[in-house]
Amino acid sequence: MIELRAIDRVFRVGDQPVHALRGVDLAIARGEYLSLMGPSGSGKSTLLNVLGLLDRPTAGSYHFAGEDTGRLDDAAQARMRRQHIGFVFQSFHLVPRLSTAQNVALPLVLAEVPRAERAERVRAQLAAFGLTDRAHHRPDELSGGQRQRAAIARATITRPQLLLADEPTGNLDRHTGEEVVRVLERLHDDGLTLIVVTHDPALGARAHRRLRMDDGRLVGDVRGAEAHDAAR
Amino acid sequence: MRLAEQLVFAVQSLAALRARTALIVLAMAIGTAGVVLLTWLGEAGRRYVTDQFAQLGTNLVIVLPGRSETTGGAPPMFGETARDLTLDDALALRRSEHVARLAPIVAGSVAVAFGNREREATVLGSTAELLPVRHLSLAAGQFLPAGDPRRGGAECVLGGTLVRELFGAASPLGAWVRLGDRRFRVTGTLASAGRSLGNDLDEMVVIPVASAMALFDSEGLFRLLVEARDRDAVARTVADCERILRTRHDGELDVTVITQASVLSTFDGILRALTWAIAGIAAISLVVAGILIMNVMVIAVSQRRAEVGLLKALGAAAPVVRTLFLWEALLLAVAGAGCGLALASAVRAAAAAFVPELRTGLPGAAVAAAALVALGIGVAFGTAPAARAARLDPVLALARR
Ligand SMILES: Nc1ncnc2c1ncn2[C@@H]1O[C@H](COP(=O)(O)OP(=O)(O)OP(=O)(O)O)[C@@H](O)[C@H]1O
Ligand SMILES: [Mg+2]
Repeated sequence: MIELRAIDRVFRVGDQPVHALRGVDLAIARGEYLSLMGPSGSGKSTLLNVLGLLDRPTAGSYHFAGEDTGRLDDAAQARMRRQHIGFVFQSFHLVPRLSTAQNVALPLVLAEVPRAERAERVRAQLAAFGLTDRAHHRPDELSGGQRQRAAIARATITRPQLLLADEPTGNLDRHTGEEVVRVLERLHDDGLTLIVVTHDPALGARAHRRLRMDDGRLVGDVRGAEAHDAAR
Repeated sequence: MRLAEQLVFAVQSLAALRARTALIVLAMAIGTAGVVLLTWLGEAGRRYVTDQFAQLGTNLVIVLPGRSETTGGAPPMFGETARDLTLDDALALRRSEHVARLAPIVAGSVAVAFGNREREATVLGSTAELLPVRHLSLAAGQFLPAGDPRRGGAECVLGGTLVRELFGAASPLGAWVRLGDRRFRVTGTLASAGRSLGNDLDEMVVIPVASAMALFDSEGLFRLLVEARDRDAVARTVADCERILRTRHDGELDVTVITQASVLSTFDGILRALTWAIAGIAAISLVVAGILIMNVMVIAVSQRRAEVGLLKALGAAAPVVRTLFLWEALLLAVAGAGCGLALASAVRAAAAAFVPELRTGLPGAAVAAAALVALGIGVAFGTAPAARAARLDPVLALARR
């Protein structure tokens, strides 16, 4: 589903080029569960942003679902994000003035889903994420775990193929973090392609394929049971 | 994103900051109400003045002694009197076939007394034709008798206020009053005509023109009102007046002939320009309100960077983000204009209840202009902040900083 070839991402800070990604090659199949680890500043978030079409690589090619994304204009990339890609952030990024239900409904509003269908899907989604009784609460009235569940509910309500989570448990305590990870893994069980950036080795070890980055380069790519074995 | 959803989104974000929104709407409302109310006041003033002129009749030609060197423009208020405009001059104008009526006027101030009551009043010396020329009407009795204007009779016609002050409830008809050192018999009273260009007809005494000349010991007329046969004859009447008077004054045109219509249109033009100038000055406050909107939108965009980043991550393309913020600016402007118009019509209704001259409605053009300007301001001052939001890099906007 995803194919990165020789991806570079160079930021310019003043006259200084900062190489956030250097020659990244990566192929990801539909339904995979990946973790992405590495030291701070190694380029994990940058890679995730490139994968999520929030950022354009400086060089290299990125094919998503057979489409050469480099050829798509901004509007087409936005449509692709709307239809196929979900984001989960460390700091949730819920809109503070909107209720849980309104936050979850946001992608459907952007996708112009009719009002009645929207209400129905939001209700089902809130129920699936155990947020029914929090539907009309605002984000600041929710616990951290509830906020992240609301954010995941929002990211997945359009049934995207790819879910990108950048340190989704970074702002949560261990117990709540595990709860959120189980929510993500349940979505993966339903067929979602899941990529999780994390600093938590235990969490990273749960993925079926573990990527490791250092200084903008992909330095590790471990698959299958051995990952679980290695973690134990 | 559907239009209705865009509006809901914009309203929600405005509602989230109630106080800020209310203040901006207030600023915009004051600006709008200011423009509309000032235009309305100017318009009411213009109508008042032009109505006053129109009351005097549009067939009217006025001959003033003295020549004003300025051509066109406002009528000369202080012409240099080279030579008197005499009663014979006036009567000579009857030779013109275009002149329908003629009312020479001598004016002055004198004490009017009846019994032991006395007061100062304006005396108008004229002829029987003053009544139709000035569109006056009588409350009781008769106006000055027709006949040779050179003969100074002892008839007088009193304005309503004078009647009340000198006679109380009693009928003045037939009574003798003293004007200065002369005695006049009251033949009629004027119906109240209100104020007419500063001359309060209710406080006037009208006597035959020759008697007034004797009373004030003057040979010259204050002015001469000439009524043309119809509107189309006004220009020819002016030409005739000038020709006849020039001949009588040894070939020198030492009078000024103006038409009521030209005075009317001059005043109308001046007052109209004044009204728009005032409205223009008031519109500055609308621009200030627009800058406030821009200011508040710039702040909103920088405070809501994360939200903009999120919207983009959720698949909102730049134009959608731009429209959302533009709607907010536009809604602020429109809500402000709406409140301003409501405020203006409330003020107008309250004022009209007390001052009859202010009963004219809010000028439609000003209302439409204010509404359009408000919309324009919303777009003009909302565009830059909205474009800024649309340009935000989602990665930077979402990064915690
Ligand atoms: N917008 C930017 N402008 C300049 N440099 C940037 C920008 N974004 C990222 N970088 C640089 O690119 C490199 C990779 O950043 P990135 O955020 O991808 O790291 P990361 O692996 O996610 O780190 P962390 O674990 O701390 O989140 C860093 O050196 C960072 O300073
Ligand atoms: Mg990061």
